[in-house]
Amino acid sequence: MKINNVYIKDTVTISGPLEYQGPYGKYFTDHINDYYLDKSYELSEVKLQKMALNKLLNKVEKTTSDIDLLVSGDLLNQITASSYAANKTLIPFLGVYSACATSTEQLIIASSLIDSNKIKNAICLTSSHNLAAEKQFRNPVEYGSPKPKTATFTATGSASIMLTNEKTKVKITSCTIGTVQDLNQKDPNNMGAVMAPAAADTIYRHLKENNEKASDYDLILTGDLGIYGKDILKEYLKQRYSIELKDNYDDCGAMLYDLKKTKEVTAGGSGPVCSALINYSYVYEGLKNKKFKKVLLVPTGALFSPTFSYQKQSILSIAHAVCLESES
Amino acid sequence: MYNFKKTFQPINGDKMEQQNYETIVNKHKPKENRLLNALLAFLTGGLIGAFGNFLQEAYSYFLDISKNDAAVLMLTTLIFLACLFTALGFFDSFAKVGKMGLIIPITGFAHSMQSAILDYKKEGLIYGFGANIFRLAGSVILYGVVAAYIFGIIRYAIMGG
Repeated sequence: MKINNVYIKDTVTISGPLEYQGPYGKYFTDHINDYYLDKSYELSEVKLQKMALNKLLNKVEKTTSDIDLLVSGDLLNQITASSYAANKTLIPFLGVYSACATSTEQLIIASSLIDSNKIKNAICLTSSHNLAAEKQFRNPVEYGSPKPKTATFTATGSASIMLTNEKTKVKITSCTIGTVQDLNQKDPNNMGAVMAPAAADTIYRHLKENNEKASDYDLILTGDLGIYGKDILKEYLKQRYSIELKDNYDDCGAMLYDLKKTKEVTAGGSGPVCSALINYSYVYEGLKNKKFKKVLLVPTGALFSPTFSYQKQSILSIAHAVCLESES
Repeated sequence: MYNFKKTFQPINGDKMEQQNYETIVNKHKPKENRLLNALLAFLTGGLIGAFGNFLQEAYSYFLDISKNDAAVLMLTTLIFLACLFTALGFFDSFAKVGKMGLIIPITGFAHSMQSAILDYKKEGLIYGFGANIFRLAGSVILYGVVAAYIFGIIRYAIMGG
């Protein structure tokens, strides 16, 4: 799907302490040192989102009444962190969920509304909080059961991006909406294997739709496959779709942390904010400085809940692709 | 009009595709170091056992009580320590090093209850604390009691009580 006339005005990325220590820490707008920003994990995530929203509004020198649409998403049940963060802003609000692919789903929704002149600008806001996600999806936070090497670690942070129809240095040019994929993967501790088919399908469809090759891009970034999922995707894409990913491919989950130093993250980062942190900081800066010309973002999300998992259903996955280009 | 299905390929549910994919996944699966993990669990579990035995002997010697009474005191001490270390936030770091050696004994049971209530204390005494304290430990208690009944009956049938 081609998109014209949609530009990125500015971005804000706020990371947690471990993400800040990672190799891309210096690109983030801000970071927090303490996981407990408020009384509970969930309220801390709300606060993180509010920080990212307010910082962005200050940065672009706008007030909430200037914003036409707020599209938010997170991992908590009924995406409550987003709703509570949107409370009292009085910006028209859409809550969306695609698990870890939420950030590109937001970009697609917001940019198609701007492209069709329904609205002038929009803010996309996403977050995740490691402790809140652990509590909801896995075991209690302090429970110390050993994890397999393929497990990923939910990133902490919040990221916001403002899209507008006014011309800026970075442009959204095309996007592809993902399909739900199921290759009968059932291990919640190996999300890379669950989500790689979705990334493969979306990359293939995006390239085919736009008559492009993988080498046309300076950078292709998947969301949170982790170090093992990355290899699975490369091999599967080559075998199934005859697409070869070379040095221009990387995975945000594998990039976000210093995997040698921070052992607790095992295979890499995950969560909706994992890809957003890298995309809205390092990638956005790179596009602004013309270090990259054309970048394809393909965050992947696992669509599941512990209930369905316990009922022995396979874990579904989805990936949405958005292409960013630097404006010459 | 954008055609969502133009390039869609129906691969979902295809058995061949699933098997093919499974081989790729297994190829890239890192090997878990099971032998080392088991050895670590054996060592830490053994150390806990030795420590418990030492406590039992010490209680029985210094407090001048029977071995049975000392065992109760020993268990209480281990439970207390596991809960305290969980609340202070470093039991999970121990478990990362010691593997299942710390989770299988009674320390792990106490740890599972303590960690659950730490997560849910903000939801209040009824819906948080009370409803979630046995989130992980509930199955252990239920099937422990059931198993005790079954083995009790077998014992009664064979040995007559």
